[in-house]
Amino acid sequence: MKKNWWKILSVLILTYVIFQGLLGKVPRQPILNESIRNVYFHVPLWFGMITLLLTSAVYSVRYLRSGRVDDDLVAVEFANTAILFGLLGCATGSLWANFTWNDPWPNDPKLNSVAVGMLMYMAYLILRGSFDDEQRRSRISAVYNIFAFAVFVPLIFIVPRLTDSLHPGNGGNPAFGKYDMDNNVRMVFYPAVIGFTLLGVWITELRVRLRRIKVILDD
Amino acid sequence: MAESVRQLGALMRKEFLLEWRQRYALNGMLLYIVGAVVVCYLSFNARRGQLTPIVWNTLFWIIQLFTAINAIAKSFVQERAGRQLYYYTLASPQQIILSKILYNILLMLVLALLGFVVYAFVMGNPVNDMWLYVVTLLLGSVGFASSLTLVSGIASKAENSATLMAVLSFPIILPLLLMLIKLSKNAIDGLDRSTSWDEVGIVLAVDAIVVTLSWLLFPFLWRS
Repeated sequence: MKKNWWKILSVLILTYVIFQGLLGKVPRQPILNESIRNVYFHVPLWFGMITLLLTSAVYSVRYLRSGRVDDDLVAVEFANTAILFGLLGCATGSLWANFTWNDPWPNDPKLNSVAVGMLMYMAYLILRGSFDDEQRRSRISAVYNIFAFAVFVPLIFIVPRLTDSLHPGNGGNPAFGKYDMDNNVRMVFYPAVIGFTLLGVWITELRVRLRRIKVILDD
Repeated sequence: MAESVRQLGALMRKEFLLEWRQRYALNGMLLYIVGAVVVCYLSFNARRGQLTPIVWNTLFWIIQLFTAINAIAKSFVQERAGRQLYYYTLASPQQIILSKILYNILLMLVLALLGFVVYAFVMGNPVNDMWLYVVTLLLGSVGFASSLTLVSGIASKAENSATLMAVLSFPIILPLLLMLIKLSKNAIDGLDRSTSWDEVGIVLAVDAIVVTLSWLLFPFLWRS
C-alpha cells in the first residue's frame, strides 16, 4: 500500500479532472467557446510526453554508465508510452484545431515539428528491431535515444517560436495562460498535468514489469 | 595537446589516402550529384530561370540532402571490422570521430560547391547575395557532416544499414534543413544581412550540440 499511493492519487486526480473538466465552469472566450475544456486534456498529454521522453533519455544515460540491461528496458518503455501520449495529443489537438482553426491539420510549425519528432522515435523502435545481439542493441539504441532527445528539444521548443505559429506562446502570440485562463481553469489544469504524467508512469511501470518477467522466463 | 593534434592530423591524412586510393567512390559521389541535378533539370523540363526561387532553392537543398546521406553513409562501412579494431588500439575514439567529422565536412564542402555550380549553370542563378549563399553552403556542409557522421556510425552496426541510415537521418536533419532553406531564401532575396544572423546563430548552435554529443557518445558506440 505504501508504494501504491501515487496510483490512487492518479486515479483520484483524473476522475476529478474528467468531471470538473466536462462539467465545471469555464470562461467564455470568442472562437474558443466551450472547446477551451480541451486544455485539460490536450496540453497535459504533451507535458506528460516531454516528461516521459526526458525520463527515457535519463535512463539511457544510466544504461551507458552502468551497463545494466534493466535500465535499457525502462528507457524503451518510457519511449513507448511517450509515443502513445504523442498520438493521443495529436488526436485531441486535431479535434480542437478542427473547431477553432477550421482545419484538422493546419500547416503549423509546431504540428510539423511534432510529426518529425514522432518519426524520430519510431525510427528508434525500428533501430531496436534491427539487432539480433542484445547487448549491442541496448547500447546502440541508447546512444541514438540520447541523440534523438537532444535534437527533439530544439525542434519542439525553439523552431516553432521563431516562425509564425498558430499555437499560443509561439511566433509572437501571447501564451495561453496570460489571457485565456482564470483561476477556475488553473485549479483543474495543474492537477491534470500531474495526473496524466502519473498515469504515463503507471502504464510504463506495468509494461516494464511484464518485460522483466519475460526476461526471467527466457533465462 | 600538440600530441593529440598530431594524431588527429595523421588520422585525417589516412582518410584522405583511403579516399584517394578508392577513387571510384569519390568519383561516384561527384557523378551522383551531377546526375541528380541533371535528372531534376530534365524532369522539370524548365527553361532557365522559369522555376520560382522557392522551388529552385528547395530542390537544391533536397539534392544536397540525398547526396550528403549517400556520401556520409559509407564513412564507417568502407573499412573492415578488423582494421577498425586496429585503429582503436592506436587512437582514442574521440579522435577517430573528430577526424571523421572533419573529413566529412571537407567532402561535403566539395560536393556542395560542385553541386551548386552545376545546378546554377543548368537551372539559372536567381541568387542576389552570393556571399551569404556561399556561407549557407558552408554552414550546411558543416551541419550535415557533423550530424550524419554519428548516425552513420549507428547505422553501420546494424543489418540493413542503407535503409536504416535514411530512416534515422531524415528526422534528425530536418530542423537543420529548415533553417538552411530559410537562410538561403534570405540570400536569394538579397535581404539585409542583419536579418539572417538569427538563423546563422541557430545553425551554429545545432552544430555545436551535435558535435558535442558525437564526442560524448561515440566511445560507447565503438565498444560494441
